[in-house]
Amino acid sequence: MPVLIFIDTAEGHVKKASLEAICYGAKIAEQLNTAAEGIVLSEVKDDLASLGKYGVTKIHHVNSVALNHLDAQVYIKVIAQIAETTRAKIIVFSNNADGKAIAPGLSVRLKAGLVSGAVTLPDTSKGFTLKKTVFSGKAFANVSVNTDKKIIALNPNAYKIETRDGVAEMIPFQAAVDDGKVKVTKVTKASGEIPLTEAEIVVSGGRGLKGPENWGMIEDLAKSLHAALACSRPVADAHWRPHNEHVGQTGIAIAPNLYIAIGISGAIQHLAGVNRSKTIVVINKDPEAPFFKAADYGIVGDAFEVVPKFTEAIKKLKGIA
Amino acid sequence: MKILVCISKTPDTTAKIAFTDNNTKFDTNGVQWIINPYDEWYSLVRAIELKEADASTVIHLITVGIADAEPVIRKALALGGDEAIRVNTENSDAYYIAGQIAEIAKHGQYDLIFTGKETIDYNGSSIGGMIAEFLNIPYVALATKFELNASKAIITREIEGGEEICEVELPVVVSCQKGVAEQRIPNMRGIMAARTKPLKVTEPVAFESLTSIISFELPHAKAGVKLIPADQPEELARLLHEEAKAF
Ligand SMILES: Cc1cc2nc3c(=O)[nH]c(=O)nc-3n(C[C@H](O)[C@H](O)[C@H](O)COP(=O)(O)OP(=O)(O)OC[C@H]3O[C@@H](n4cnc5c(N)ncnc54)[C@H](O)[C@@H]3O)c2cc1C
Repeated sequence: MPVLIFIDTAEGHVKKASLEAICYGAKIAEQLNTAAEGIVLSEVKDDLASLGKYGVTKIHHVNSVALNHLDAQVYIKVIAQIAETTRAKIIVFSNNADGKAIAPGLSVRLKAGLVSGAVTLPDTSKGFTLKKTVFSGKAFANVSVNTDKKIIALNPNAYKIETRDGVAEMIPFQAAVDDGKVKVTKVTKASGEIPLTEAEIVVSGGRGLKGPENWGMIEDLAKSLHAALACSRPVADAHWRPHNEHVGQTGIAIAPNLYIAIGISGAIQHLAGVNRSKTIVVINKDPEAPFFKAADYGIVGDAFEVVPKFTEAIKKLKGIA
Repeated sequence: MKILVCISKTPDTTAKIAFTDNNTKFDTNGVQWIINPYDEWYSLVRAIELKEADASTVIHLITVGIADAEPVIRKALALGGDEAIRVNTENSDAYYIAGQIAEIAKHGQYDLIFTGKETIDYNGSSIGGMIAEFLNIPYVALATKFELNASKAIITREIEGGEEICEVELPVVVSCQKGVAEQRIPNMRGIMAARTKPLKVTEPVAFESLTSIISFELPHAKAGVKLIPADQPEELARLLHEEAKAF
């Protein structure tokens, strides 16, 4: 009874969030003295066997064009077939866009208790409990899964990727694949950019930047750090920046290694979506800005003066200037 | 066209998050309750827009909860919607709540079921996907745009680092987020009308929960901010590099 990990791909490539899920699933398997095995649906370009170095011993691969785009209903049925064949009791997802689409329905189909947004390994000392974020990152809940089968959706950036020696055995899986009812007609990638939820470093701008024309220096800073861009809600509402950069309680919740907030006051709703970042840097001209209370490092100063110099200093340290 | 909009009651976004009973219960003392913003701003408003475009559209709101959920559902009715249903039971896990909603939906012949992308208290993102599976109909999660073309829905949804447009024949369950619609403020006429709109109370069906919350905890407080003079951004860069090892 292996631990199964759903390995998510985009345009044939394995997503970073899935590597975290694999490492996490492999650790659970180790705790329970069993094996970790991956599930890949759709055609892929990456060498799947090499995912063994993250801890999976086998990969069940349904190599089907029909699965290249997500239709949750179709995916759920296929994953359920693999779960049945392998008699798996635990299935791990990343709590990313695809995980959120698939895991809840699978939970119903398998009657398996679901914990979405998990941030720790399960505690199996008495029962099976997991910690998850609640109140948009303002608190945690310890949730007990009371069913024999269990599904865990791991928050992105909540578990560290580690490698070891290992090659996964590829197992082609012959699944019955339904004709989906959801037809994908167009995919637009924010090309070349790093997905916000997967980014290690995020540079974020607020209303203090005065207008969209001033984002050049924010983009420069982000580029020097290989960071993704984010913004506060009023910035997205005013269409200075696209909606998909809006972070916070009513936007995207993120937990990068480093979050740099520039010209953002740090309202409670904003903090809710970013306070799980490991290191928080705040640049704000108002020493009373609430964000400083949630920050690790701060500069009280005018962003228009500080940011360009900060970017230069980073480039120098990284040897790119 | 018949639309079911799922409405959840959540603490106001500025509510103090604290716990009682040995950290096993959320402290509701002094908490203001609001409509979950994703339900209100996006799913409900989009449903209202669809009714404005086609007057024959019927909108039902549904909430699962005890009587204290009624002010919130009335507030939702003030924005729009024809009638509301409250399933009279204490909230439990997502499986239980989705099971209750699916039970109502089975008999309601809805073409479209909207949920918010998540609730801002339990952040489960689960209800929509579970309802769809209970009803054996398609589910499109994290919509940022929703259009109707006869019996077909054209939905833009978030994927990692981009967006995808998809088409699906009704019925479908859709979870909505920013982009689907714009927040509206209820007007006096709506508030008056809401008082007389039907709010049906039904009893829950027997259904189990698969998970339970054992306890809550608050995150560790930060050690405090290290301030760097504004004329020394290179010092900030150095600290981030050497001390925080952030890049
Ligand atoms: C229900 C609800 C949900 C919400 N959800 C979210 C959410 O998800 N995300 C979110 O971000 N907000 C959210 N908000 C809004 C939130 O309350 C704040 O209004 C918002 O975060 C403020 O954005 P801001 O910090 O960019 O702007 P402001 O609060 O206007 O702050 C601008 C900051 O820039 C500083 N500044 C100005 N000029 C400069 C300069 N030259 N150099 C440096 N600093 C400068 C100022 O000192 C100030 O601190 C929500 C609100 C509600 C009611």
